[in-house]
Amino acid sequence: MKKLQVDFRKRLKNFDLQMNFAMEEGRLGILGASGCGKSMTLKTIAGIVTPDTGRIETGKTVFYDSAEKVNLTPQKRKVGYLFQNYALFPNMTVADNIAAGIRHAKRKDKRHRTEKQNVREQVKNLIEQFQLQGLENQYPVKLSGGQQQRTALARILVSRPDILLLDEPFSAMDSYLREELQIELDNRLKTFSGCSVIVSHDRDEIYKLCSHTMIMGEGSNIIFEETKKLFNQPRYMQAARLTGCKNISKAERVGPRTIRATDWGVEFCIDREIPKQLSYIGIRAHDFIPADVNDQRRENVIPVFPCGITKAPFEWTLLFQNKENPKGNMWMKQERGKEQIPEKVWVDQSKILLLE
Amino acid sequence: MDFSPILISMKTASAAIVFTFFVGIAFAYWVVNMKHEKVKMVCDGLLTLPLVLPPTVAGFFLLYVFGVKRPIGKFFLDFFGVKIAFSWSATVLAAIIMSLPMMYRSARGAFEQVDPNLLYAGRTLGMSEWSIFWRILFPNALSGILSGGILAFARGLGEFGATAMIAGNIAGRTQTLPLAVYSKVAAGDMQGAYQYVLILVVLSFLVVTGMNYVTYIYQRYNRR
Repeated sequence: MKKLQVDFRKRLKNFDLQMNFAMEEGRLGILGASGCGKSMTLKTIAGIVTPDTGRIETGKTVFYDSAEKVNLTPQKRKVGYLFQNYALFPNMTVADNIAAGIRHAKRKDKRHRTEKQNVREQVKNLIEQFQLQGLENQYPVKLSGGQQQRTALARILVSRPDILLLDEPFSAMDSYLREELQIELDNRLKTFSGCSVIVSHDRDEIYKLCSHTMIMGEGSNIIFEETKKLFNQPRYMQAARLTGCKNISKAERVGPRTIRATDWGVEFCIDREIPKQLSYIGIRAHDFIPADVNDQRRENVIPVFPCGITKAPFEWTLLFQNKENPKGNMWMKQERGKEQIPEKVWVDQSKILLLE
Repeated sequence: MDFSPILISMKTASAAIVFTFFVGIAFAYWVVNMKHEKVKMVCDGLLTLPLVLPPTVAGFFLLYVFGVKRPIGKFFLDFFGVKIAFSWSATVLAAIIMSLPMMYRSARGAFEQVDPNLLYAGRTLGMSEWSIFWRILFPNALSGILSGGILAFARGLGEFGATAMIAGNIAGRTQTLPLAVYSKVAAGDMQGAYQYVLILVVLSFLVVTGMNYVTYIYQRYNRR
């Protein structure tokens, strides 16, 4: 049974947002450049934004169906939404913020007192579970980014959502905090039984946290695949680019096992069948290996014409062109301690990505 | 010195602000949540109109609607036995109409300043629209709403043109402080005018200082 099925269209100012995907369980990462409609997709699932047409449902409930004129309010969808800025209520303490997430059954005056007791207990449990002891009476402005995120998550989980939506959960964090919090979030999400959707523009984040990845181009989902597979063997040019492949060139087939990268003016030998729809090739910047002058290898060796170098703390990036046929730039990454400007570089056949 | 203008002014401004405060907030909430941009613009224009119209023109319209021989004025007189024009209630009416735009605009600005994500968060957490308003929107807009209220109070206190048109300048009944200043000067009694002017300056200064104080308190509150 599919746990979340999404299919909708929404006309936006600059483009049409058109999404169509389904997931069973686990975590889905939506990867895309900023402004491509990722957050809008989450807002549509949560019911904050109403699409023009389509159908959104979980295994249990239909959230939205334009044909049947169903459109549940966000209150009834039971979707937990972690906002980019966490959206903690600034006028409430941490404890009150968490208590605000508790869904009250219809109030009956007799039970009012036991319910209050109940609320206090639930909040206390969550405060402990989320390591917020001592901060119960603090206001959100006083909290660190990590504490804010934990408070927001506690507030969401106490509302017992069926689905979790996380909008750029780490974008508001300092980079040195990020990795630790990613591990923490990963562990917390493991205890959540429903499916969750994480939106991010950071490929590392998606790779670490999500079992499946969806890539969004302008306004629609282009690719939906298992995360590991997508990163290791991307099939599409957009996928390769978004998973961090620096070198992408238009390509044409010149022989059964030979390809010309037209942007770079280089020919490559390939060790496998070349697919018919091939239109690009990609090479990751760290897959270029410096070749010795005396190297006897003939295949996939490019004489280097260096164009520029950028130096990051732990790696060098060399920008170069094909010396014999200078055209477009290629990027090559080298680890610290192994920097050099080689005469030639070489790339393993199996490392060349054939893209559609 | 005749103290009646001070009393009348304070009574008028106080009665007006009670009405203006709540109605202004209600209008602001209503307009902020409007879906159609064009309807929104028109409604906003109508509510802001008294702020930009010359007060005498606003007073003219009030007289036109609430005059004793006009349908609405006549209705009040026939059914409730209340004569609005040229009575104390007319000073309140004039103060309400002239201060409502202040209250409405401040409250609207305050509502729009609240991060919409807070409201969305409330909705996804299952809070009712009612409790979202009272527990999230209102408390987070409170400083803007309060300073708007103070500003509206000051506007009601200083109301002159519309009051003169619909309430007249009847000493002891509809003569508010600004009208008293005018009357004194018109009669050549500069000494008498000074006293009222002094009172108005002190009151206005207190009001503005009070407003700054409210803002200051809230800034501190938000930095806790």
